[in-house]
Amino acid sequence: MSELTLTLIKLGFLALLWMFVLAVLSVIRSDLFGAKVDSRAAAAAVPAAARTPKPAKPVKKRKGLPGSVTIADGPQAGVGATLVEEPVVIGRGSDCQIRLDDDYSSTRHSRLFLSEGQWWVEDLGSTNGTYLDGQRVTRPVPAEIGGSIRIGRTTLNIAK
Amino acid sequence: MSIASTSVIQIIPRTRRGVELFLLVIAVGIAVGAYVNIGITAQDGVPASTGLYAAGIGLLALIAHLALRFRAPYADPVILPCAVLLNGLGVAMIHRIDLGLTSIGRTKGVPFAPQQITWTAVGVVLFLAVVIVVRDHRRLQAFTYTLGLVGLVLLVLPLVPGLGVNINGASIWIRVAGMSFQPGEFAKVCLVIFFAGYLVMKKDVLTLAGRRFLGLDLPRARDLGPILVAWLVSLGVLVFESDLGSSLLFFGLFLFLLYVATERAGWLIIGGLLFVAGAYFAYQTFGHVTKRINDWLDPFSIDGGQIAVGLMGQAWGGILGRGLGQGQPHLTLYANSDMIISSFAEELGLTGLIAILLVYTLIIERGLRTALACRDIFGKLIATGLAMSFSLQVFVIVGGVTGLIPLTGLATPFMALGGTSLVANWAIIGLLLRISDQARRPQTPAAPVSDETIAMAVQKA
Repeated sequence: MSELTLTLIKLGFLALLWMFVLAVLSVIRSDLFGAKVDSRAAAAAVPAAARTPKPAKPVKKRKGLPGSVTIADGPQAGVGATLVEEPVVIGRGSDCQIRLDDDYSSTRHSRLFLSEGQWWVEDLGSTNGTYLDGQRVTRPVPAEIGGSIRIGRTTLNIAK
Repeated sequence: MSIASTSVIQIIPRTRRGVELFLLVIAVGIAVGAYVNIGITAQDGVPASTGLYAAGIGLLALIAHLALRFRAPYADPVILPCAVLLNGLGVAMIHRIDLGLTSIGRTKGVPFAPQQITWTAVGVVLFLAVVIVVRDHRRLQAFTYTLGLVGLVLLVLPLVPGLGVNINGASIWIRVAGMSFQPGEFAKVCLVIFFAGYLVMKKDVLTLAGRRFLGLDLPRARDLGPILVAWLVSLGVLVFESDLGSSLLFFGLFLFLLYVATERAGWLIIGGLLFVAGAYFAYQTFGHVTKRINDWLDPFSIDGGQIAVGLMGQAWGGILGRGLGQGQPHLTLYANSDMIISSFAEELGLTGLIAILLVYTLIIERGLRTALACRDIFGKLIATGLAMSFSLQVFVIVGGVTGLIPLTGLATPFMALGGTSLVANWAIIGLLLRISDQARRPQTPAAPVSDETIAMAVQKA
């Protein structure tokens, strides 16, 4: 075996060894230089941002005041109340506008009321809480058309 | 907003098993390349056993890969290929030393390389067992004290008369059924889990503000107990088993984990002082420690001393090395175990040695990375401990071989000849990958607590 071949084999092996190290380094590059941003995702994000100069605007918001609130499912489905001027109290109590047969709701559970030209949902200190679109209601929040209120096991839809 | 979506960079969970397979192919390729290279240069032709060797190592790597693919799909893709590469290179070098020893007529019966391949298989089996049996590392926390006890028993096992054997001046081996084992290698894993579990429980107590002295928060005197116990145990290992390396490893491990768990630099200073005191005491008192330090300070005072020959070999290797199979690494005593790094430095040169050290660094980096990403403190501490045990071991042995610190008999992870160490290291890799699978797995968003659950909880209350 000639000296040249041996040298080539030697250098080739070292190159192979370093190739492995560099391959591993390229795999974990994100650890060293920060996470790689997917170029397609980034490219898609930029025009999307450019198209919507007012990012604060919610997408699903519909114009107009809500006109009714109705129980969506269960044996009481369809029971509801129209929203006109007067506040609507929801709960198990007999004095409520919407009377729920739900063990998990309080006697006077929550209230919808009109104020400043808008309908609001307010929790009346219920035991198990009121949820508007999955968020627990801790203070009066605006009720929009298409929103859903959960009280105990009951879901109510807000409609036009 | 959930916690996950508030982080700036959304890490898209990817399993990356394909990348792992690709790296494994390269790693196996390099190991087989080394074998063939040695055959060409030292045996004048591609050895007939190449096919067998390639099939063996390839199959083991494939089995490990498949186990991860099905049982730990999100595990780190880099650790396994690095381990396979080191193991394969180690076997190739042991084979090369076998050839060298035969050529100078110093062969001791059977060649060592086939033994090492057998132990690799055992190691991979244990790796599979860890990955498959330990489905969730957090379960191990229940065994904190059990494992601590097991670790201690393993540590003192070599002192049991009739079981322990003294080889080369250190009593760290036991002989069972005609084979010798180093129980300390497994004690290491048990103790890492014990330290982690213990520190998870005692972390807050140990972090309690003690006295502030020279800008350092020093712990209270009564909290010094654990570190003193660890110090005494490691000193005991040194005194009764004459094993400098393990003693250093255990104390270092405990100190690191204590520091990581409490984030107080005061522990490092106390530990450092204890270490210096212990080292000085050992140097003054024990003959074998004195000898090790003298060998380190003046390696060439002994004619044909192990370190001296190793250093000459490394110097002869130079930057690019002699080339695999073209040096004389077998002239060094224990060229295939303690001094295997020196053998690599001789034949692959500084370039190759740095590549090997980088592969070790990568394993350690991935271990620490796993610790960072892990979501529970117990897992964080285990991953840190395992990575640190790797780094301490590599530092102590490479430092010893290259003359930076006194040479102590720690096994070079994955490379050195020795079954127990190899098997234990595969178990460590298995555990590390298990934790990293947990850490990298996409977090299932916490199921929103349904109103019913809340309602029922309230009704019960």
